Amino acid sequence: MQDDVVLTMRGICKYFPGVKALENVDFTLRKGTIHALMGENGAGKSTLIKVLTGVYPMDGGEIRIDGVEDAIVIRSPQEAQGYGISTVYQEITLCPNLTVAENMFIGRSRKSRVDWKQMEKRSGELLQKLGIPARPKQQLGNCSLAVQQMVAIARAVDTDCKVLILDEPTSSLDDKEVEMLFTLMRQLKESGVGIIFVTHFLEQVYAVSDQITVLRNGQLVGEYEVRELPQVKLVEKMIGKDLEDLSSMKKKETVLDGEDFYEARGLASTESRPFDFHIAAGEVNGFTGLLGSGRSESVRAIFGADPVTGGTVKVNGKQVKISKPLDAMKQGIGYLPEDRKRDGIIADLSVRENIILALQVIQGMGHPISRAKAEAFADEYIKALAIKTASSDTPVGSLSGGNQQKVILARWLLTHPQYLILDEPTRGIDVGTKTEIQKLVLQLAEDGKSITFISSEIEEMLRTCSRLIVMRDRNIVGELKGDELSQERVMRTIAGGGE
Amino acid sequence: MKKAKTSKFFAKNAQLLIPLIAILLLVIFNLIRDPSFFSIGISANNRGDPVLQGNLVSILNGASELVILAMGMTLVTAAAGGQDISVGALAAIAGSVFVKILKGGAVTGPTVLLAFLACCVAAMLFGAFNGSLVAFFRIQPMIATLILFTCGRSIAYWINGGATPTVESPIINAIGSFIPGIPIPTPILIVIVMGILFGLVFRFTTLSLYVQTVGINQGAARLNGVNTVGIKLLAFIILGVCCAVAGTIGVSRLGLINHETLLINIEMDAILAVAIGGNNLGGGKFKMLGSVLGAYAIQMLTITLYAMKVPSTDVKAYKAVVIIILVVMGSPVVKNSMSRFWKKLKRNHPAGEKEVA
Repeated sequence: MQDDVVLTMRGICKYFPGVKALENVDFTLRKGTIHALMGENGAGKSTLIKVLTGVYPMDGGEIRIDGVEDAIVIRSPQEAQGYGISTVYQEITLCPNLTVAENMFIGRSRKSRVDWKQMEKRSGELLQKLGIPARPKQQLGNCSLAVQQMVAIARAVDTDCKVLILDEPTSSLDDKEVEMLFTLMRQLKESGVGIIFVTHFLEQVYAVSDQITVLRNGQLVGEYEVRELPQVKLVEKMIGKDLEDLSSMKKKETVLDGEDFYEARGLASTESRPFDFHIAAGEVNGFTGLLGSGRSESVRAIFGADPVTGGTVKVNGKQVKISKPLDAMKQGIGYLPEDRKRDGIIADLSVRENIILALQVIQGMGHPISRAKAEAFADEYIKALAIKTASSDTPVGSLSGGNQQKVILARWLLTHPQYLILDEPTRGIDVGTKTEIQKLVLQLAEDGKSITFISSEIEEMLRTCSRLIVMRDRNIVGELKGDELSQERVMRTIAGGGE
Repeated sequence: MKKAKTSKFFAKNAQLLIPLIAILLLVIFNLIRDPSFFSIGISANNRGDPVLQGNLVSILNGASELVILAMGMTLVTAAAGGQDISVGALAAIAGSVFVKILKGGAVTGPTVLLAFLACCVAAMLFGAFNGSLVAFFRIQPMIATLILFTCGRSIAYWINGGATPTVESPIINAIGSFIPGIPIPTPILIVIVMGILFGLVFRFTTLSLYVQTVGINQGAARLNGVNTVGIKLLAFIILGVCCAVAGTIGVSRLGLINHETLLINIEMDAILAVAIGGNNLGGGKFKMLGSVLGAYAIQMLTITLYAMKVPSTDVKAYKAVVIIILVVMGSPVVKNSMSRFWKKLKRNHPAGEKEVA
């Protein structure tokens, strides 16, 4: 093993029933570097990480780590930790009801007695050393997500850590928090830790990484130095096709003055303040604003997802009452929720059952969709949206994130909605699928459907929406259309300098 | 192709393996112990009608109430992610109502039907009470049903003014033992009817899909328009009907209602049947057939122990030992290591390699 290399994985193979998740994948991590692991959904990133951390046993290949003579076999996350491999997952896995110090040290000592004073002192030192803005005695749940994430990292690196794996650490952080996290990552890198950084955000890879390894369909595409691989090339390697598609996408600028499909006056729910809103048939509009600005709460009010407290709603010019999701569904409204794990998928049920769910509910309890029909619907949408699944019988929870999202999209498309609300449909999914979803949105609008789109990526909104509703502090503060739709203008409106 | 289909079938029904193995082992054990254990004979009962007799018949017959309650318990478990521990008490209430109505006058076909419908309505109301505590007030099922568990048998006691009245009639006898001319015990027939009814409900409504959806992810179910409160309530009401049927059978067997002993402790066996059937007690996906097989396995075990002349005071202890084995066999730890072992075997003898493509 070379001197500067801390971890090598050679010829790693992993098979699942019907799927080759990893085939002959090599991966090399050097000391004091940040190595980005990139690939589309289902490329094998998570599987590789899980093999490395002992969650899955590997079906072939060898792993070597600095300081151990022979190839090692990792059978559990505990063993991985024993070899100095620590992981911080996308979902924060700490206990929010304990203090920061407790979270950093709990479960790490074999002693039954806890020296609270010592623990507080040591965690205080560590927090300060790593520049994490938290006090040891603070309850973790009260810290921002970024700080919680950093505490998780602090916990991970405090043991004798050679390899730190960060699996999508930034997906729920805002820009400033991401910067904080990067500072911490660079600091750890200086101290010689090798960091594996798994993310979907291209900009972040370029901001912080040294090397990139790209996987596609369970196979290694290559390892590259970041400065030698321009962003466009990287995307090409990830999706394996040219990006012309993206530039050829053109949004519709018209139909703003068409007949309103949906119109709300003073609509309010327990979670959102009263607001006015309308959307024409064939229009794509969007709500934008920072996290917590009330954009998600507003669209939830439209769908009746939270108890509605006031306002009048017209669909196709006729006044209707929408007080629960089923009311909205019966008016031809569909809603893809922001948090697909919590609000979207029924994880243990099959892809087929997940796809037909909304249509089935609209049809009613006494009119079940026959097995044959359900099978046909599922196959149709698995094909149309290129959902990667072993079969329509596979539990949806075992699919990758992007494919789960496609299943939920299929669920709503199957109901043939007139108006589709998409809250962060592209979050945490790969570039290829993102593009597909954006194209789909424009295609639907072409067919006369109305779409409301929410995304934290402003570029994506500008590409698809012909009208943007800007929210700040739970109020609508502006509406942009036509020439006003530029990144700078949107930013200014969000920030409050626009008027 | 055919092979792929059968392996798919096994994968989908893997959870039935534990109750099936349990039943199989009990059968083998009994055959070794006493080859004539499962012999079935036809003999005349005290009214001169030919009827089936034998251990197998008494297992199937004796398990009837348990099987019916396990069916309803499966639904409640799946939808609410918890168990109803008041089913025995509720069956006692239903039985008391059944007897109370029949005490009012002559026992004829129509009055029996009326009494049965009345006890169904009563049990459904109590089921709705349990259900609304769980669905609407979001109380944990075991706590919510603890109320009726505690007071149910007292209510049953009040209904008949404290007595243990008897009802004697050929009709009641026909429900509890044999319909003249049919050699199969009536409770077995009632189980078959209940099974068919559930089958029809699952075939012609979306109940099963909704129950599983609510049990797996309540929030997502609501956002997809499923009435989550309604589904949980419905599960408890259906369990109420099961209690009424079980109570009616129990009363008809003896021709009297003893509110203290009718189906006593059956709630634990019903929950156990659901668990042995491989259903997740935390709710979500379910297989009712699993619970039914689980219930028969439990009954078979009881009868086997009695046949071995184990004193009735010791039966529970022996039962516990077998149940420990069954539950550990069905635990995730054992399941995982078994599947790993299975994979290893497969890899050493690669036969179905083509499947990967």
